Amino acid sequence: MLPDPNSLYGPLDPAPDAGYENAPPRMGFFTDTSVCIGCKACEVACKEWNGVPESGLDLLGMSYDNTGALTANSWRHVAFIEQPRPAGHRTPPFAGTPTDGSVSAASAAAAAGTSERTGTDPGVPTGTPSAAARMAGGGPADVLGAIAADPTAAGRGDAGPQFLGMPGAQPPGRGTGVEERTDFRWLMMSDVCKHCTHAACLDVCPTGSLFRTEFGTVVVQEDICNGCGYCISACPYGVIDQRKDDGRAWKCTLCYDRLGAGMTPACAQACPTESIQYGPLDELRERAAARVATLHERGVPEARLYGHDPNDGVGGDGAFFLLLDEPEVYGLPPDPVVTTRDLPKMWKRAGLAALAMAAATVAAFVGGSS
Amino acid sequence: MTPPGPVGDRFRRFRERLAAEGDDRPQVSDERRSTASGTAATSGEELASGAVATSGGDHPNDRGTAASSRRGDLTARRSTEAGGRQGRRGRRRGGGEELRVPEAEFTSYYGRPILKGPVWKWDIAAYLFTGGLAAGSSLLAAGGQLTGRPALRRAGRVTALAAVSASAVFLVKDLGRPARFHHMLRVAKPTSPMSMGTWILTAYGPAAGVAAIAEAAGVLPRHGLLGLAGRALPPIGHAAGLLAAGTAPALATYTGVLLADTAVPSWHEAYPELPVIFAGSALASGAGVGLLAAPPAQAGPARRMAVAGAALELYGAHRVETRLGLLSEPYRLGRPGRLLRAGRLLTAGGVAGALLGRRSRVVGALSGTALLAASVLTRFGIFYGGVASARDPRYTVVPQRERVEARRTGMDLPSDRAVPPAV
Ligand code: SF4
Ligand code: SF4
Repeated sequence: MLPDPNSLYGPLDPAPDAGYENAPPRMGFFTDTSVCIGCKACEVACKEWNGVPESGLDLLGMSYDNTGALTANSWRHVAFIEQPRPAGHRTPPFAGTPTDGSVSAASAAAAAGTSERTGTDPGVPTGTPSAAARMAGGGPADVLGAIAADPTAAGRGDAGPQFLGMPGAQPPGRGTGVEERTDFRWLMMSDVCKHCTHAACLDVCPTGSLFRTEFGTVVVQEDICNGCGYCISACPYGVIDQRKDDGRAWKCTLCYDRLGAGMTPACAQACPTESIQYGPLDELRERAAARVATLHERGVPEARLYGHDPNDGVGGDGAFFLLLDEPEVYGLPPDPVVTTRDLPKMWKRAGLAALAMAAATVAAFVGGSS
Repeated sequence: MTPPGPVGDRFRRFRERLAAEGDDRPQVSDERRSTASGTAATSGEELASGAVATSGGDHPNDRGTAASSRRGDLTARRSTEAGGRQGRRGRRRGGGEELRVPEAEFTSYYGRPILKGPVWKWDIAAYLFTGGLAAGSSLLAAGGQLTGRPALRRAGRVTALAAVSASAVFLVKDLGRPARFHHMLRVAKPTSPMSMGTWILTAYGPAAGVAAIAEAAGVLPRHGLLGLAGRALPPIGHAAGLLAAGTAPALATYTGVLLADTAVPSWHEAYPELPVIFAGSALASGAGVGLLAAPPAQAGPARRMAVAGAALELYGAHRVETRLGLLSEPYRLGRPGRLLRAGRLLTAGGVAGALLGRRSRVVGALSGTALLAASVLTRFGIFYGGVASARDPRYTVVPQRERVEARRTGMDLPSDRAVPPAV
């Protein structure tokens, strides 16, 4: 069988391309962040089922997110974003409830300096304080233009450190009085390996440890991986990571063992709001499109899908998302491209450079007088 | 795994630090104010930035405006950012003025990197050098062998064996599971430059080894069994040397693909240049060996190799430092910038010395040393430039956001970014 012309880039059904005959339908996740309540049941269920080691118990100072990022020891990661913009048309500011701007710029900047001893490499590295501070003031406006509708929220960011929503702290806004109250919204998203159609991690793995399953997912074989680390710098989403104590790379397997037994992956099973939905990818894509349409109808124009498009830079994700803001707000790359798209050109360049090298050597020895 | 400290311990420290530094973080608020003024100055438009204390209402915000004013902001903001406490990123040199790219504003998740930076340690950067050195030396040795310059041949073969052995040590040592290095030999995957590299090394290494061992023929006794070996060795070494030289260019250039075939922004976008830089660097380091080891009378080819290598290396490095827009920045700032600048100076010095000091063994040796050091510095500079680009979300988000905006407005990317130039 000839390799598919799209085997490096473009729309593709990955399992047949990997050589499976009569492969079952491609399975995946649709994570609808509009109903995520940030309970982290998925994180816990994943750890329980897959025996993933503990990943540090420190507080990061980043809202309620103390996991920080996807790592070898956290295969699901619930992101929390507090934004100084109204929960909107849907929920008017709550009378009598003290509210306030989200994390102040200063505390977000300091939070960028925290890190977690996850036992993995690179794990959860520190961030850039200035970028974090910008985030606390609200990112680029969404399609609503609803960013920072209350100007005092960010103005107060200058006033100094504020801790909001931390256990034991006063309810936000209590110290400042009613007139200072603003509204803000919380975004929560359970992140996971995207099980890319064109998975850079799999393409570059020199041992064949990473492989494509019959369900179209991407799995590391722990008895093969020798910890070369190539997959880690190849993943455009920063998902796969290395455990320090055993040196191997680990990531979500989309519960390959459960799938084989016809069961739902642990995280989707545990999710109490069906924010994480599991099923055949085609069906999930239809369901997601319908959900976006419903949300738009209900006055949530900022709802959008991420990773659903088979024509995007990675050929579409096996795990895709419904987001309420730009991807980078959630720590997702806005336009990921599988690095191997350019691989034929890279080899060509290397070939030319090699020829130039040989030619230069020949010239150095046959030319000249000495 | 290390047991974590008492829960919340570090968070308490973080909170105390924050309390202590509360007023000491001016760049946050300054930045925001100048963001606002930058917006006003450049477009007078509504990014409805939170810092504009007077703007009250909801502005329908069109993307194009947001993007352009965002770009404008940062031009104004640059001074604060550069003067801020971003010591890690270092300062721009005055001379680099024309190279500056306007900083672009971007959003991120608490400023955390999106990508996982390379977990490769310094030993991979060192391997880039030793691999290139082995390749350059083998080419030098083959040239010496074919044109009757024994000093070049001997030095090249011996260096190649030493360098390729060091390479193997660095590569195995960097694995998370060194005992499983042979798992690399399970598959041959053209989509994995590391797999291809493994096979290139597997072909090159033994050839280089045999060629070097054949040099022992000179010290073997003339008679007996060893004498027989002494007579058989030169032709074997001859064949092995040619085989090593045949694979050497692949060994020197595949490492460019190795780095470029990652999501690391400044490596990936530099894919047209990395093999050129590494080819040049390998030639220059091979030439350095020749200049160090050979008497001036035999060192002519090494001098010419040095010129060719330096030209490729300097051209390639100049391209990555200027062509990639924002993604060139990591190669100019901080430690990678210092490494690459020092490498450039030493390369230039080494070539000048090689050309001007034709008669002097000492000047030749000094030039050779300078070329070798320059090659080390360049490899580490390129390596750490990429690492820096993966650690800062700016280099991930901004170029991708530009791509999205360009698609949205139907505009094309600037041509120099879209189409890599010819070598
Ligand atoms: S490239 Fe990253 S996101 Fe895609 S399958 Fe591999 S680890 Fe998952
Ligand atoms: S670290 Fe393991 S899974 Fe990742 S590329 Fe290397 S061998 Fe493959």
